[in-house]
Amino acid sequence: MNYIENILASASGLRSVRAGSFVEAKCDVILMNDITGPLAVKQFLSAGRKIKNPKSVVIVCDHFTPNKDIKSAENVKFLRDFAKKYKVNFYESPTGVEHVVLPEKGIVTSGDVVIGADSHTCTYGAIGAFATGVGSTDVTYAMLTGKIWFKIPEVFEFEYDGKRGKFVTGKDLILYTIGKIGVNGANYMAMKFSGSVISQLPMDERFTMCNMAIEAGGKAGFVVPDEKTRKYIEGRGKRKSRFFKDGESFKKMKINVTGLDPVVAVPHRPDKIRRARDMNRVKIDQAVIGSCTNGRISDFAQAAKILKGSKVKRGIRAIILPGSQKVYQQALEKGYIEIFLKSGCIIAPATCGPCLGGHMGVLANEEVAVSTTNRNFVGRMGATGSRVYLASPYVAAASAVAGRIISPEQL
Amino acid sequence: MKNKIKGKTYVVGDSIDTDVIIPARYLTTDKPAELAAHCMEDLDRDFRKKIKKGDIIVAGENFGCGSSREHAPIAIKASGISAVVAKSFARIFFRNAINIGLPVFVSEARNGTKTGDLIEINVSAGEIKNLSGKKTYKTQPFPAFLKKIISAGGLLKSLKK
Repeated sequence: MNYIENILASASGLRSVRAGSFVEAKCDVILMNDITGPLAVKQFLSAGRKIKNPKSVVIVCDHFTPNKDIKSAENVKFLRDFAKKYKVNFYESPTGVEHVVLPEKGIVTSGDVVIGADSHTCTYGAIGAFATGVGSTDVTYAMLTGKIWFKIPEVFEFEYDGKRGKFVTGKDLILYTIGKIGVNGANYMAMKFSGSVISQLPMDERFTMCNMAIEAGGKAGFVVPDEKTRKYIEGRGKRKSRFFKDGESFKKMKINVTGLDPVVAVPHRPDKIRRARDMNRVKIDQAVIGSCTNGRISDFAQAAKILKGSKVKRGIRAIILPGSQKVYQQALEKGYIEIFLKSGCIIAPATCGPCLGGHMGVLANEEVAVSTTNRNFVGRMGATGSRVYLASPYVAAASAVAGRIISPEQL
Repeated sequence: MKNKIKGKTYVVGDSIDTDVIIPARYLTTDKPAELAAHCMEDLDRDFRKKIKKGDIIVAGENFGCGSSREHAPIAIKASGISAVVAKSFARIFFRNAINIGLPVFVSEARNGTKTGDLIEINVSAGEIKNLSGKKTYKTQPFPAFLKKIISAGGLLKSLKK
């Protein structure tokens, strides 16, 4: 059995399982947010039963927080009151964005089965969890029973070797990969990231890669835990980490990264990949650096490296969106916040904010943004006629200085 | 689920994402009627006017890709759409649709079907007939595990049984 089959066999109390079979697995963490949570909780309340394991339930209010309007404030209040009454884990501003916060606090750890009513729940595969996005009704079901049904996914392995360029990050690797296989190239599958490039890749960039597995249709993304994973996990959570054996993948693709350039995904699909250096004619109005995809400390280190001593071009809104309050604090201590302020950036609180067109950086018709977030669908960041280009923090920061999309080498 | 679902088609392309099915700016509510009022508006401003109760969406590959928002199948169902037929579905959307009792079928019906055609889905026979174009398509059968949820009318209803 491979890594995914081993986790799911264990969680289902079965000696062996294989890709394609249906199981009912015990959930270690059941996650919801301020968009998907109210529906899940209302359904739970109307069932009139107990939560099977309140400790496993985690609510993170991050999408429209600090609350953007009365409706979102009412939703968060509803969830806050529910959490208090039913003794489940609850976080809201200033804590931060769910997929940054859960690994950071050790709420999720290696070997866990995690379901989240948020499609980017797949992020936690970076620390060896089986984590997948579901809807509100699945969350209600799991709250009631402690379990959820899964079809065991096939594993599609991506093995990265070669020499990674100076400005080529985990974001470039995942965008390039989605470009190769398409937005449904891994539909229903678990994407495994391996090879010498992944062994050397920092944890923050592994999170970025797993985060975007869903953009290729993936059910999960994961890296088999290694020394880096163990070092990251150590001392964070209270629950025991588990490390499972890996085996054969169903499908494998080898990717040589030597000579690969920083890339961007052009509107309106994450699989439309171009070299950043070829995009100079695209003028931008906004740059967003942060989110559950690229809102960790090393992402801001990359942005700070570019912005140090430089100015954001006049008329461009460069928005720094820390993934968590803790990341914000780290960025302050490391001097990045000062660099961002001096260069003319806007520093936002830790929120999903503009990524999904919520608030704090919504685009008008015909406006263009370069963003380190995960989706560039029609209307994703605002008006139907706005356009989003997805990129790494290096590319987004360099583009903010240039006022058009460029590769950092061109600065 | 009814065994026969008949309706006029509304045909769309590949990778219709959840952000166009129901934009995030409307996600401060989960009331079906409020969501239906904005269903598909970023793809087609007149979607609501064009759709009549019982109509069927016929799509290409990867329908419902993107976010896990259950508001997407809820908006479609509350618009009066009786079923979605696609060449393939994004995983979370497919799961959500089954969980809330929106009938979904995997079929190649998009090839040769145009908006306004009258089609009939025969669930037990696994067949879709385009009554306007006189063509017949197969639907992919559901695994036994999912049939139980579907016949109960959704995931939570299956639990109560």
